[in-house]
Amino acid sequence: MPEQLLQQIVNGLLIGFIYSLIAIGLTLIWGVMNIVNFAHGDFLMVGMFISFWLYTLYGLDPLFSIPICTVALFVLGLLIYRWIVSKVMKGPMLAQLVVTFGVSIFLANLAVYLWTPDFRLIDKPLLSGTWNIAGINLSVPKFVATIGSVIASLFVFLFMKKTKTGKAILATEMDREAALLMGINTERINSLSFGLGAALVGIAGAFLSTYYYIYPQVGGTFGLIAFSIVALGGFGSIEGAFIAGIIVGLAQTLGGFIFDPAYKYAIVFMIYLIVVWIRPQGLLGW
Amino acid sequence: MGKFGLKQILLAIIVLILLISFPWVFRKPFPQHVMILVFMFGMMAVAWNIMGGYAGMFSFGQVAFFGIGAYTSSFLLITYQVNPWVGLIIGGLIAALVGLAIGYPCSNLRGHYFAIASIAFGEIVRTLFTNWKLIGAAEGLTLPMLDESFKNFIFHSSKLPYYYIMLVFLLLSLLVCYFVATSKMGYYFRAIKESHDVAKVLGINVVWYRLIAIMISAFLTAMAGTFYAQYILYLDPDSVLILPISVQIVLISMLGGAGSILGPVIGAVILMPVSEVTRVMLGHKGTGIDMMIYGALITVISVYQPKGVWGLLTGIAKRLK
Repeated sequence: MPEQLLQQIVNGLLIGFIYSLIAIGLTLIWGVMNIVNFAHGDFLMVGMFISFWLYTLYGLDPLFSIPICTVALFVLGLLIYRWIVSKVMKGPMLAQLVVTFGVSIFLANLAVYLWTPDFRLIDKPLLSGTWNIAGINLSVPKFVATIGSVIASLFVFLFMKKTKTGKAILATEMDREAALLMGINTERINSLSFGLGAALVGIAGAFLSTYYYIYPQVGGTFGLIAFSIVALGGFGSIEGAFIAGIIVGLAQTLGGFIFDPAYKYAIVFMIYLIVVWIRPQGLLGW
Repeated sequence: MGKFGLKQILLAIIVLILLISFPWVFRKPFPQHVMILVFMFGMMAVAWNIMGGYAGMFSFGQVAFFGIGAYTSSFLLITYQVNPWVGLIIGGLIAALVGLAIGYPCSNLRGHYFAIASIAFGEIVRTLFTNWKLIGAAEGLTLPMLDESFKNFIFHSSKLPYYYIMLVFLLLSLLVCYFVATSKMGYYFRAIKESHDVAKVLGINVVWYRLIAIMISAFLTAMAGTFYAQYILYLDPDSVLILPISVQIVLISMLGGAGSILGPVIGAVILMPVSEVTRVMLGHKGTGIDMMIYGALITVISVYQPKGVWGLLTGIAKRLK
């Protein structure tokens, strides 16, 4: 029993850190421009497919396609911001909420159209197998993905705190008008944040493609979970998203273990509802 | 708002006559089916509008109320032979109660937070129903083939009765919305939508009025759910509890014009035929093209017509005067 419990905790952490990375991208967008990007999960799907096709067509291992995925998703995010999202920024809030739903449905079904709804798997990634440490199974690709996610999250954190651009993003998040008065080009910050948010999902997608099924609707669940993580962690808070991602990962596996795996997502959403009931602004929101 | 002019009353009568005679002109099942869907989604959009358009709670979880309505009446009918009309009322009441239970903890949530909480709520209900053996779990429920009659709420030989029942439901929901919008409650709702804090300072019980809006909306949406169950005679979580239905309800309201009484109906009149026709023409191949078009349509509407057709129409009407 304690060993099984420990195994579940390990599993929870392995998925939790990836959740964190996905959610950090989402919270960045949410915090800076007050837009909930419902297409976030579909960005992840695009990242996974890029990694899949680079592997299938050119034999490039997902580990090496990470930079390509990152850049490709950055560009995708930038374009979607420029062409679509920037146009609703001044519109009613309802339109801001609905517009990314449209993008989400479009991307997922574009993938169905191009590549059929089939499930795919990268059959022989460089990273495979499991380590057995004191009776605990540790999947190698998941472990590497976790380390990678932590490094990427740390990098974002440092970027925001140490660089001028990062500080400009934070300033825009806190007070758009004041940032504008201080000479920050907030429009540029918007596109940059959207691109950066998407790029982080590209990293997560490349890592996930080493061990997760790749299919057009894969973004749905990840997207929904990322929203709860962001809202749980608090509006626009990177630290909040990081912590909440781990909490959700643990809640999912432990909840599934205690009750029934079929209910694991319901448990995640329940926890979210309970937290926002007590703290509507989320754990670290202001 | 206020009193109606002669022109409006005349226009309403003409539209009503057109709607009543529609199935006698278009006798094929498909156009009748599309109109039934227009009424059904129109009703749900009107219900959403009470919550979202007036009280400012943008719910993306309406599908839960829809599903609760459909499942309650069907379950009661199958297991206890309860008449579907009674099931309709019970389903509505249960949906309102669930709305109360979920709305209370969410009573401090605004904007995006409320929207995401409502998605979470819809997904919880979907997961529970998918695993709940008593109500058929993932396999769903098939309704018994009772004799055709109004009392049994079931008709095999023609879609006509369904058409008129749904039309009456829609008119009923419009009536409810009209009373809400023109009563004191409607003004409270709008005050809450503009600003929670100001509404509170003015002495409005924000939590209570938000709950009322949710309960009315839930009841009406559940009614549409029961209708759907009696119309299709089969339901499973993947057909009545999925997020895209919730999104469609929001989209219809937005396209028509959130915060106006007739806006959501206009949205349904425009969007439902488009989505049904593309689905029938392109959907059967399973290529995803129909949904691609739908996704693109949502994006285009949000960018170019975010205030809805109703806003456009009233703008034109004002200019003509």
